Amino acid sequence: MLLKSNVQKWCGLLFAAILLLLLMCVSIVYGYTDTTWKMAVDAFTAFDGSNEHLIIQSVRLPRALIAAAVGASLAIAGVLLQTITKNPLAAPEIFGINAGAGFAVVVTVTLFSLSNLQIFTWISFLGAAVSFILVYIIGSIGRDGLTPMKLTLAGAAMSAMFASMTQGFLVINETALEQVLFWLAGSVAGRKLETLLSVLPYLIAGWGLALLISNKLNVLSMGEDVAKGLGLKTGMLKIWSGVIIVLLSGGAVAVAGPIAFIGIVIPHLTRAVVGIDHRWVIPFSALFGGILLLIADTASRFIIMPQEVPVGVMTAVIGTPFFVYIARKGFNK
Amino acid sequence: MTANQAISTKQLTLSYGDTTIINELDLEIPKGEITVFIGGNGCGKSTLLRSIARLLKPKSGAVLLDGEAIARLSTKDVARKMAILPQSPSAPEGLTVLQLVKQGRYPYQTWLKQWTAEDEEKVNNALEATGLMKLKDRAVDSLSGGQRQRAWIAMTLAQDTDTILLDEPTTYLDMTHQIEILDLLFELNEKEQRTIVMVLHDLNLACRYAHNVVAIKDQKIYAQGKPEVVINCSLVKNVFEMECEVTIDPLFGTPLCIPYGKGRCILKQERLSRNG
Amino acid sequence: MRKYQSFRVFKEKISFLIDRKALAVVVLLLFVMAGVFIFSTGTGEMKISPINVVKVFFGGGTDMEQLVVQSFRLPRIIVSLMVGIGLAVAGGILQGIIRNPLASPDILGITGGASVAVVGFLAIFSDESNALTVSIQWLPVAAFAGATIIAFLVYFLSWKNGVSPIRLVLIGIGIYSLMKALTTLMMLLGPIYQASQANIWITGTVYGSNWSNVAILVPWILVLCIAAFILARNINIQELGDDIATGVGSNVQRYRFLLLMVSTALIGGSVAFAGGIGFVGLMAPHMARRLVGSSFGALLPASALIGGILVMIADLIGRTLFSPLEIPAGVFTASIGAPYFIYLLFKTRNG
Repeated sequence: MLLKSNVQKWCGLLFAAILLLLLMCVSIVYGYTDTTWKMAVDAFTAFDGSNEHLIIQSVRLPRALIAAAVGASLAIAGVLLQTITKNPLAAPEIFGINAGAGFAVVVTVTLFSLSNLQIFTWISFLGAAVSFILVYIIGSIGRDGLTPMKLTLAGAAMSAMFASMTQGFLVINETALEQVLFWLAGSVAGRKLETLLSVLPYLIAGWGLALLISNKLNVLSMGEDVAKGLGLKTGMLKIWSGVIIVLLSGGAVAVAGPIAFIGIVIPHLTRAVVGIDHRWVIPFSALFGGILLLIADTASRFIIMPQEVPVGVMTAVIGTPFFVYIARKGFNK
Repeated sequence: MTANQAISTKQLTLSYGDTTIINELDLEIPKGEITVFIGGNGCGKSTLLRSIARLLKPKSGAVLLDGEAIARLSTKDVARKMAILPQSPSAPEGLTVLQLVKQGRYPYQTWLKQWTAEDEEKVNNALEATGLMKLKDRAVDSLSGGQRQRAWIAMTLAQDTDTILLDEPTTYLDMTHQIEILDLLFELNEKEQRTIVMVLHDLNLACRYAHNVVAIKDQKIYAQGKPEVVINCSLVKNVFEMECEVTIDPLFGTPLCIPYGKGRCILKQERLSRNG
Repeated sequence: MRKYQSFRVFKEKISFLIDRKALAVVVLLLFVMAGVFIFSTGTGEMKISPINVVKVFFGGGTDMEQLVVQSFRLPRIIVSLMVGIGLAVAGGILQGIIRNPLASPDILGITGGASVAVVGFLAIFSDESNALTVSIQWLPVAAFAGATIIAFLVYFLSWKNGVSPIRLVLIGIGIYSLMKALTTLMMLLGPIYQASQANIWITGTVYGSNWSNVAILVPWILVLCIAAFILARNINIQELGDDIATGVGSNVQRYRFLLLMVSTALIGGSVAFAGGIGFVGLMAPHMARRLVGSSFGALLPASALIGGILVMIADLIGRTLFSPLEIPAGVFTASIGAPYFIYLLFKTRNG
């Protein structure tokens, strides 16, 4: 734990928030098209319809906002999943959310030949939600209700099933592969602001609810029985967590496609910094998630210019060394 | 070094990172007796037990088992002489009692010799001694707390060692089961002269069952010896930081520690004078 | 009936305790495996009755039947079987030493390492017209090398006064993500033709297996499975946690390394010839656990058979259902395995 006292944590939070904003600015200013800080300011204060101003307003700004929102959402969803399953490996991608969304998108492309990002948004949201709800139901059937073990195993099984069926469709249909490969890699580029705005209510609801239940998650993480003994309705809490996870990761995958790694790594990084209190872990994870995705997205523009590396690739490339370092140093110490 | 020590430590220093837990400790644990480590929470008694069981490498110094440095013995040789039951162990889902107890025979097995008549006899003895014969085909995770603890003890018994180390074997058990477990260990010591070393939290039970208590305080041994000799008010005050009266157990004659503090007093006499 | 049977021969030089129910399940699975093997051999464009299939095995049948069975069907069926066995046993070992139900060949990055190697191989050794400049025979070598290098890397990075399961798995998953990212990146950068070829490999297929594959794979997998079986009691001990394992005299770090090497070799061999077939390594051990319990002496053979059966059925469906189109076996391992697994999950919730 890096930040011990509450004062340190508030400062840390403030610092992370400032860093996030700064990175958003950097993301708006730097890219393939040469722009300057002044242009960026002018684009919003004195719009002159020039190409640069257009790019800043309609390409870069949405992109920065999406990266921050998606990163934050995935990180929070990861925290929640790791807490309710008590498994350090839990993450949205392991619970069939990404696989379900991917499957839905690939089926749409293959069977209905639709390939428009706006439609992908809703289809993948639907796929993610259906898949996770399915996992949740399968994990809850039986006398002992929802146990972390059953949820985990059901998630892994469903995830594998959807992923392999997706692969199957792609093997049969090569054109579909071409259309969805970029989507499957995950990206925050080329999305309109409307795409984000259409899911933003769900994301905001998810963020708010996550903060509201953070105190209860602390109790739950002390163990099911202890939590029940302290008068926590654990069943209810798990359902709420499920709802939040669907809202956040479904929304994120809808906007940006399946971006792995953030959901699993950020919670661990955050706990290494602020400890295990969810009231801190959740806001910090959100900021760290946004920061990582913004850095990854900005970097992705410069690696193989003029082409772009999918941001899902960059998050892993940037995050892994850091993660390995933290894992070696030891978590929660 | 006489033959009366099962285990001894020489200048043993233990630490987690930079924090020293035990500092240059010389300890001798007599053979064929029950030794209990006592001390406040976090005083390092479990750490000491773990290092005696070679689960924790000492920073410096050595642990000697029958006069030989434990680090120089092969881990299998050690396992044939000394068994350890750590705190709250966990068994994989669905593992049966028999399968668990059978694991205690590990140091005697090779991959072709996994179930000799001797293995069977020792496992059956262990199951018998712990009263688990009827439950041997049940899954460990489906047992009650007391039964589960007995299953783990059965595993260490099956290891058939002269010395058994146990880290708080009675935690989470109700009074009946605490006595049951300790009686079991006491009998093993009486009948088979096994050396038993354990960490116990309940001072009164420690006094009743131990031949030898080791009180640990500030990285060192505060006192060691027969409970009736070493346990008194000033020891409890210094080791546990608690005021108490030490009387004699009316049934066993061993020291009985009655703490001061609050509580309903229904005696007419004003005996709780010390706390006002 | 007693639940266990002691087995002792040669003055106790060889002795085992056999769980009768587990033995019965393993024998049953053996029959199922033989049945699927024969049925699969007889199914395809040309139908051959099971009796004739057995005849063909012993040199009978028509010349046509001989040809179809010998040169087309048998090699790939044997490869499916071996790959299924290899992945399932490797997964079982990993779950045992890591003590996490999510552990699998994929999640430690080992399969991912093979994928990167294969995609890299296709990219580096292709010329302008997308033809390979070296023999495709080298592809398995590349895959095996990729898997092994990553396994060592993960092990090396996890080492710090020994390797703890949690560090192993966390670093594994980090490397896994990195490998996945690199694979995607290389697929995107290369021409789409390569992407789809790589995609087939990543999904996992036994299409085009030949006898020389069989000649390498069979001894490889069998020897390693025997090694795994010999080490089974060490996995049993590791499952009880490091303290207990050390307490009963097991050299935890040495056996953890050995077991990791055995599973890496199994995974490397399997992915080399069949690509990244998923699900089997993760789920076959869970299925086995629900059928025969937690003791690895029974768990490993049962997982092996379940894995073999799964991949054989998956390949059978893949080559017949949409005939003449070939669907990679990897598509169906999960599709048929997941429902069965979910069924098992509920059937055994009475403990």
